[in-house]
Amino acid sequence: MDKKLEPIVKAIQDKFGATFEEFRNEVHLFVKPEQIVDALTLLRDEQNFELLSALTAVDYYPQEAPRFHVIYQLTSIAKNLSVQLRVPVSGSSPKVPTVTGVFDMANWRERELLDMFGIEFDGHPDPRRILTPEDMEGHPLRKDFPLGYEEPQFTFNFDEIDLRKPYAKE
Amino acid sequence: MGVEQKLGNMGVVTTTLESVVNWGRTNAMWPMLFGLACCAIEMMAAQASDYDMSRFGMELMRASPRQSDLMIVAGRVSKKMGPVLRRLYDQMPEPKWVIAMGDCASCGGVFNNYAIYQGVDEVVPVDVFVAGCPPRPEALIHGVMTIHEKVKGETFKQYYTEKYAAK
Repeated sequence: MDKKLEPIVKAIQDKFGATFEEFRNEVHLFVKPEQIVDALTLLRDEQNFELLSALTAVDYYPQEAPRFHVIYQLTSIAKNLSVQLRVPVSGSSPKVPTVTGVFDMANWRERELLDMFGIEFDGHPDPRRILTPEDMEGHPLRKDFPLGYEEPQFTFNFDEIDLRKPYAKE
Repeated sequence: MGVEQKLGNMGVVTTTLESVVNWGRTNAMWPMLFGLACCAIEMMAAQASDYDMSRFGMELMRASPRQSDLMIVAGRVSKKMGPVLRRLYDQMPEPKWVIAMGDCASCGGVFNNYAIYQGVDEVVPVDVFVAGCPPRPEALIHGVMTIHEKVKGETFKQYYTEKYAAK
């Protein structure tokens, strides 16, 4: 771990009781969903982490508790540092408080997570799907989302699939 | 003097209305400028001087669907592009034709997933499918020639029935 990062990690650990993981010099701090807004505010205001460079998630299906990790990647341009905050959430309809009040760029990224993973963000100003059509069902980046969309048509099953194919009208 | 004399010497040409109309439709069939993905590069190559679609009166790619007869769907159509494609098709004046160019437009190609239409024939009625990933300009021109053959075979009765009148 970077020497400059040690006091910052210490501060977060003391204040929020966060667990800590290190992998190839990358620092991951685990915080609870209700702490994330305070943790990000602290890092932004007191430790110069002025940029939320990524907001994403991972699905650890079939593991159920925690099933998802919501990941906040912070960058400090002033100090040339980066740190990652992870929020583990359980179940298939998880909820996390929104951080749009702390970083404006979280707005669209949280919509993307709602769209792709079905993670709801409490208090989000505009909770709509962002990438897929609005009438779409399911969340494509979940591990239990079906991979293929349509069975390939070969010679032996051509007629059978042709019957149920939704051809366009004139 | 000279031209008039020559025209006079040719006399009267007799033909059918169908073949005159179909000849007119095939030899100035304006495609719509509608490139969606990498197939559009080959479509441009088919327009350029090496392959030269202007031999068929098709050098004009119209930027407006209201001025075009032929829609070349060149590339994969995403679920969000589908309604746009259909609206453009509906804005084209009759008679109109559609070429699904390449594997993606014909059957989804390698993109068998939630985001891409598995064949553009789920959105608009397709007349000719051109295989290839992407098809070479020769293949596209062959597809266009196939459409021309199809148009030349249309009868007077068909203008007012199945395709154009039954709305």
